[in-house]
Amino acid sequence: MSIEFDNNLPIYLQIMNHIKRQIVSGLLQPGDKIPSVRELAADLQINPNTIQRTFQELEREEVVETKRGLGRYVTSEESKIMAIKKEMAGELLHQFIHGMQELGFKNQDIVTIVKEAVAAESGKDRKEEHPDGRASEG
Amino acid sequence: MDALLKVNGISKTYGKKQVLDGVSFDIGPGRLVGLLGSNGSGKSTLMQIVAGLTPATAGDISVAGEPAGRKTKSLISYMPDRPITESWMKVKDAIAFYNDFYADFDMEKAREMLDFMKLDEKNGVSVLSKGMNERLQLTLALSRNVSLYLLDEPIGGVDPVARGKILDAIVRFYREDSSLIISTHLVRDMERIFDEVMFLQDGRIVLHEEVENLRMKHGRSVDDMFKEVFGE
Repeated sequence: MSIEFDNNLPIYLQIMNHIKRQIVSGLLQPGDKIPSVRELAADLQINPNTIQRTFQELEREEVVETKRGLGRYVTSEESKIMAIKKEMAGELLHQFIHGMQELGFKNQDIVTIVKEAVAAESGKDRKEEHPDGRASEG
Repeated sequence: MDALLKVNGISKTYGKKQVLDGVSFDIGPGRLVGLLGSNGSGKSTLMQIVAGLTPATAGDISVAGEPAGRKTKSLISYMPDRPITESWMKVKDAIAFYNDFYADFDMEKAREMLDFMKLDEKNGVSVLSKGMNERLQLTLALSRNVSLYLLDEPIGGVDPVARGKILDAIVRFYREDSSLIISTHLVRDMERIFDEVMFLQDGRIVLHEEVENLRMKHGRSVDDMFKEVFGE
């Protein structure tokens, strides 16, 4: 595993986000076991205490749970995973809206542009699946 | 547990030159500590004093509650910045030498590390590249089961592959009841493995801070802070 870390920001937060992204994208399924402090520290070449802190925070947020004697597992609660998705989407949205406003767009325009962009993206996806508008062969 | 290492007002003068001037700090157990400073800033001298190899001109040190002396020497493993093996030795001779010399030497751990470092015990130490030599020195130092490890420039002048291996080994062999103090001027490569860092400048500790706090409070990497403090 190799992640790009920014040494200017707290590392434990970056690892937390990395694990959350893995959960949200499905790379880590609900109930999956996560690596031990030692394993992760060695993999990433990061101080084990930093990893420990990451796990403590993830546990506090109930994203991860410890099963005594067995290890740490991703939560199996779907509602929790949905909450993480919303939280991360919130971050993206905040940055996006901020960015658009800096470009000079008004809120109404932003909504319109997003609608058009989403439609265009789905159009592109459909085209890739059926290049001639017909069901693909084989 | 109380502080593992207490350094109090350590000063060292060589003739007219004051190398260390009232150095004081505490280190708890299970900590990976970076001792940072430019070349010639007194890092090696400080480590040698803590290891009990050189006397201080003033000040005192205690390790695990005991004042520094014969007892505490056996609690400390020091890896100097220059190889300590004899040129006639093979890797296995160096290991055997350490095993004979130190009661706390863990042969099994040493073999595990040699394997991990891809060192062949039949190789003569004089034919080892700089990177391979560093790996051997580290193996010797970390195979002792002690409370405090002092590593003087473990990755200096070493290729990036060996560097990665060495950092990997340091993190893997970490134990919660012992601490490591690592001196380096290659801050960017090492900052991720440190819990806390100390900046040594003009013989004094000018900064002693938890690394994540530096990042959170100042939004700076240790490397950036280092350049700020030691830059010209």
